Amino acid sequence: MTALAAVRDARRRRLRRTSAVIGAVGVLALLLVLASLSLGRPTLGPGTVLRAIAGSGDAAAGFIVVDLRLPRVVAAVLVGAAFGLAGAVFQAVLRNPLASPDIVGVTQGASAAAVVAVLSLGLVGVPVSLAALVGGVVVAAISLALAGRSGTAGSRFVLIGIAVAFLTNAVIGFLLTRADIRAAQGALVWLVGSLSSLPWDQLAPAAIAIAILAAGIGFLSPRLRVLQLGPELASGLGIRVGRTRLLLLAFAIALVGVGTALAGPIAFVALAAPPIARALVSDAGAALAGSALVGAAELVGADLVAQNALPDAQLPAGVVTGILGAPVLLLLLARRARSEAVTA
Amino acid sequence: MIEAPPAPPVAGSLRGGAHRRRVLLGLLALVVLVAIALSLGVGARAIDPVTVLRALTAPLDGSRAVSTDDMVVLRLRIPRTAIGLAAGAAFGIAGTLVQAVTRNPLADPGLLGINAGASLAVVLAITLLGVSTPLGYVWFALGGAVVAVFIVFLVAGPRRGASPLTLTLAGAAVTAGLTSILTLLLLTRTQTLDQYRFWSVGSLTGRSVDVLALLAPFLVLGAVLALLLGRVLDALALGDELARGLGARVPLVRAVAVGAVVLLCGAATAAAGPIVFVGLAAPHLARRLVGMRHAELIPASALLGAALLVLADVGGRLVVPPGELEAGIVVAVLGAPLMIALVSRARRPVRPVVR
Repeated sequence: MTALAAVRDARRRRLRRTSAVIGAVGVLALLLVLASLSLGRPTLGPGTVLRAIAGSGDAAAGFIVVDLRLPRVVAAVLVGAAFGLAGAVFQAVLRNPLASPDIVGVTQGASAAAVVAVLSLGLVGVPVSLAALVGGVVVAAISLALAGRSGTAGSRFVLIGIAVAFLTNAVIGFLLTRADIRAAQGALVWLVGSLSSLPWDQLAPAAIAIAILAAGIGFLSPRLRVLQLGPELASGLGIRVGRTRLLLLAFAIALVGVGTALAGPIAFVALAAPPIARALVSDAGAALAGSALVGAAELVGADLVAQNALPDAQLPAGVVTGILGAPVLLLLLARRARSEAVTA
Repeated sequence: MIEAPPAPPVAGSLRGGAHRRRVLLGLLALVVLVAIALSLGVGARAIDPVTVLRALTAPLDGSRAVSTDDMVVLRLRIPRTAIGLAAGAAFGIAGTLVQAVTRNPLADPGLLGINAGASLAVVLAITLLGVSTPLGYVWFALGGAVVAVFIVFLVAGPRRGASPLTLTLAGAAVTAGLTSILTLLLLTRTQTLDQYRFWSVGSLTGRSVDVLALLAPFLVLGAVLALLLGRVLDALALGDELARGLGARVPLVRAVAVGAVVLLCGAATAAAGPIVFVGLAAPHLARRLVGMRHAELIPASALLGAALLVLADVGGRLVVPPGELEAGIVVAVLGAPLMIALVSRARRPVRPVVR
């Protein structure tokens, strides 16, 4: 076998393995979606659920599945995928495994705006979501503007983002300590992030926005791969580094903004989905599709647990993503640390 | 005796740099002194420097009656100033160590899980044991920090010496997990949230000097370890391989450094609450002033951290009289623009981020 054939063979095998793993995660996500649609009060069989989605079941089951449970699951898939994808873009563009949206200021901007809306202005529902969207995007834009022309070149932008995030955190801390304790608890629920059953006409615009943004990132992904070789090499290969980075970051920020508006800052997904995806497909690249899928599976699973873990109360999904996601990431890290120790 | 040959120009310029760095350290010490003076005099009750000095000597001088000014200085201002100095310096040193160990200039001591561990332990203490004073929180906060960092270090692989990336990710994961449990407790117990929210913003008030006396051994031990590590950390900055080539036992160095961080940051958090930013910003400012050598970087970070936290506390007394803003809030509000200005004005890029 020639060397070329060996390389081609190895590449094909890796591609096959990657698609197999991504397929498995996709199936897992689908199973979780199905479980979310069936479990709850009342618990419905999978057959009933499928008939209800097809529109051929009885009216009561149809109402429960299509009008109550499906929007929530769809929201979970959308938000999870948006966070996972955005996290992968952040980490790849800024070349820092810590560069999740939490650290760039989007999440904190959205949180601060929402807390102001809830505690100072007494708003509820859609206006809070809009305030969060605006707050997240504005704070991230401020970070970008402050970083200036050379801005998105990694650590400077992230450092400014951290500074801005600390600032907004201080605002949140200030408002929480001054507020009535009941109101503070209400704001806390929003701050953890939770899913709810939104009407379809509120879900649709968010879904369209997320789809467009994801498509934009997909369009730029070949350039992102080159970008990961380093800025010098990338510009040598004909990529306009600054503009590509800015565009990718803008898309990722908008994704997180929309996701946060829907569900609040469910922070851990964006941080953990990319490393989990990379560990699964053993790909040194950005693993965009994998991260989106892992993110979606993570959030759907978390919400499933959140709704059914306690018999008499529902938990916010953001609590569960952390409690369940952290050990998974820790296990993966420990395994990798061991295998590195063997090869070292 | 033969006279030493004249030093070559390079060594001369290096020595000049050392002189400049010593002067800068002296200036920083001066800033800290000014901060102390302000902290003793400024507040809802403004006290002039002469009266402050008289109050400081009041316990020695039995001949005159104790005035209100004396009481304010001795009972209120000295404790918060002392706690601010100690905690600020500890955050500064801990930040320097964390950034050296993770080789990541974005690293904050909180990243190793310290804040989350301390916070969860405090909330558990409030919820399960009904603890309700800063003095009561101390051991829980310290214990929680130790446990959290232990988990992080265990996962990151202590035998291999915990690569920077794995250490950082493990810290973030532990933080997220613990914070979620914490939030769950807070959401179900209103009373706990009511106490915790005031601890969580970070403040220097309402604590007696006893807190400091309890924590002093940890702070001193941590600071001594940090200073002993100084030279090895310089080697570590060159990369694991090069450091090993220079004779550093990398895993041991990392373990000791993380231990010092836990002692310093855990004790500081126990004293003042989970205050962010000082541990991140102080080393950054210090690097711009005195450069990369840890022998100077560590003292400079300590001085800057102390000044930053005490001045933030002073600022908090001035903005909304007669009320106060917590030092943790002011630190972020003052520190963020400062940091942004520094980062954006820097001509050469900040150190590249290690993947």
